[in-house]
Amino acid sequence: MLALIVTLLIYLVLVIPVGAYLYHIMAGKRTFADPVLNRVDRAIYKVAGIHPEKQMDWKQYAGALILTNGVMMILSYLILRLQNVLFFNPNGIGAMTPDLSFNTMISFMTNTNLQHYAGESGLSYLSQMLVVTFMMFVSAGSGYAACAAFIRGITGHSKTSVGNFYVDFVRIITRILIPFSVVGGLLLVWQGVPQNLSGNIVVDTLEGTKQVIASGPVAALEIIKHLGTNGGGFLGANSATPIENPTVLTNLIEMYSMMLLPGACVIAFGKMARDGYSRRMTGNALPAHREGLTAKFFGREGRSIFLAMSILFVIGLSLCCWAERQGNPALEAVGLNQSMGSMEGKEMRFGVTLSSLFTTVTTSFTTGSVNNMHDTLTPLGGLVPMLHMMLNVVFGGKGAGLMNMILYAILAVFICGLMVGRTPEYLGRKIEGREMKLTALCMIIHPLLILGFSALAVGTAAGQAGITNGGFHGFSQVLYEFASSAANNGSGFEGLADNTLFWNVTTGLAMFFGRYLSIVIQLAIVGSLMKKKYVNESAGTLRTSTVSFSVILVFVVYIFAALTFFPALALGPIAEHLTLWG
Amino acid sequence: MEQFKRFLKAFRPALTVTLVFMLVCGLGYPLLMNGLSGMLFPKQANGNLVTVAGKPIGSKHVGQEFTADFFMKGRPSSVHYNTYTVNENGQKVYLDGSKFAGLASGSSNYGPSNPALAERVETDMAEFLAAHPDVKPEDIPTDLMTASASGLDPHISPEAAAIQLPKIAEASGLSMEVLEQIVQDNTTGKLLGIFGEEVVNVLGVNAGIAEAMGLTQ
Repeated sequence: MLALIVTLLIYLVLVIPVGAYLYHIMAGKRTFADPVLNRVDRAIYKVAGIHPEKQMDWKQYAGALILTNGVMMILSYLILRLQNVLFFNPNGIGAMTPDLSFNTMISFMTNTNLQHYAGESGLSYLSQMLVVTFMMFVSAGSGYAACAAFIRGITGHSKTSVGNFYVDFVRIITRILIPFSVVGGLLLVWQGVPQNLSGNIVVDTLEGTKQVIASGPVAALEIIKHLGTNGGGFLGANSATPIENPTVLTNLIEMYSMMLLPGACVIAFGKMARDGYSRRMTGNALPAHREGLTAKFFGREGRSIFLAMSILFVIGLSLCCWAERQGNPALEAVGLNQSMGSMEGKEMRFGVTLSSLFTTVTTSFTTGSVNNMHDTLTPLGGLVPMLHMMLNVVFGGKGAGLMNMILYAILAVFICGLMVGRTPEYLGRKIEGREMKLTALCMIIHPLLILGFSALAVGTAAGQAGITNGGFHGFSQVLYEFASSAANNGSGFEGLADNTLFWNVTTGLAMFFGRYLSIVIQLAIVGSLMKKKYVNESAGTLRTSTVSFSVILVFVVYIFAALTFFPALALGPIAEHLTLWG
Repeated sequence: MEQFKRFLKAFRPALTVTLVFMLVCGLGYPLLMNGLSGMLFPKQANGNLVTVAGKPIGSKHVGQEFTADFFMKGRPSSVHYNTYTVNENGQKVYLDGSKFAGLASGSSNYGPSNPALAERVETDMAEFLAAHPDVKPEDIPTDLMTASASGLDPHISPEAAAIQLPKIAEASGLSMEVLEQIVQDNTTGKLLGIFGEEVVNVLGVNAGIAEAMGLTQ
């Protein structure tokens, strides 16, 4: 309990300076590293033929993002297919099959990192670096770039331009991802995560037997895997292995790495919203209200969003931790003491507490790395990660959570507007038919992908073939897989036998549409909002910077989730819980 | 034609930016990390090998499967800790005789309601109780009968270590005091007294036992 509280308090302290730094980068303000990094950036612009001064509208921006991602996918596909003949392959790994390569390239480009292979046996070191590590940087870079454009648009940067995709993309990688990775990666090595290019180690044990131990460039991948909220492990069992995550300290580093930037995005949004507010208020004689400390650090609008996300997070965490502590009644029935909680599929050094914390964090911040096996979680403990991926707004990864949450904010002001009979406004602009249609469309895609594909899987023999646990838990395996794909999370109920044509193709499509349809629609919404005139704030305006708005937001999110996902959850984890505890 | 030209113009930065970052993030960055970590932390970067009498016997962070009565046992592993022997036919087999499946990690992923989980635990408990007749079933620590997430967990709980000691003392001829000291030396507390769990490193304990028994010369 104390560990959880202290971890979250430290997070609140750390996220503020990172948020301020991210704000400076997204808003194009000066940072201390500019003298060096401006030169690096200029060199990259020159080599790549980028014109940094060129401003893009939302269509050009989305086009550049998709085109770049497309090129990256094609090159990665080629490397995966040819990894057996290329270099850096000391363990003699063969080429990847076409359908698995299809799944893997989409998985890493969309920042999902769903893995239908096991790293030890499926990837050469070259693929681990040139495909996996590379894509972990660029998919996160693309996501944060989209988020920067979205924030700029919605906070009133200009009437047409949302920025330049290439500039955002380059600056986020050179100013945040690479420097943070080098420092964090070295901390991981210091704690015992391997980083080398030699083959796997074979030792003679004390008993005269042999043991083979995985090796390779693990630390470099491990840190960006979390910083970029990617989640794909070097090894099959991901951050549960003592090779990727050997100590409690590495566990904390990995957890903070995934929590910092998504939280920082909200702060950057809050600060940019404040800038937008003061821009449109200049000249208006408005009483300057004094800012409190939290409003100063988070920005008023950022604070209410951050608070709503935190409420959702803490509710989920409490449920997950409580459920895991109860242990497993089926094991109690055969006489095994359950006072330690449910330890099947967990590592001793993390125990129940740090395991349930990591589980909630990795699915809220949509990373998808795991430090315990989610398939073995108790039914309600497993419901939490599933639910948080279905919500996809509890911080979320690489800006996606913020963008989704703002759609919920739009929905919330719309619903409240209906109740009082006023045209809804958000951040000084009217929300009208076009925005609401797009918002509804964007929100419906996520459940449609999850539930539609789940129905397809349980309705076909090829889909059913993947299920490895009987009864209700088998359905949870399917539901989890598609929730994870559509939310671009990438964790799994790993028992699912998913390296088949059916699963590779369906989850590949779910990941692809989950990512790109959302981004395009979200940018379209700001594209439409940007053109509108500001309306003056009046007594009837619903203030979106208040605690009560956070509470409304939480309710809207839960109501929407209950309406769409409750029937499916009732068939999976809830039914399993009732049979185990009934 | 005009459209195609426009596409090409837009395509160029997409391709060049991809190539630049493939080199920077995919090769430059991991190789830089390789160099830096090899220089600063050479032991950790190469897998934290534990050596006894000059020879590597395992990694500090990776568990191992042990069978001898005088060695401490770790948690059940679905991948047998990647520990194997080569049998008379030259085949690699796990210590229970089944075929070695190659380097792996993970658990069997039994859901909580899966009957196979309760069956496995029941079998393991019966086996443990047969080997430790003085132990009451309700005293068996949970971690010792449940599989770890990675199949490579190097640790067990202090309770799980303590419950094995009387039998180890009998089989090894070492006194309980010596064994308790060895366990003590290989126990790690919670980080800052707050985070994580108190754990015992099984390979470390067994290296200590082997040394105390004089098996390592």
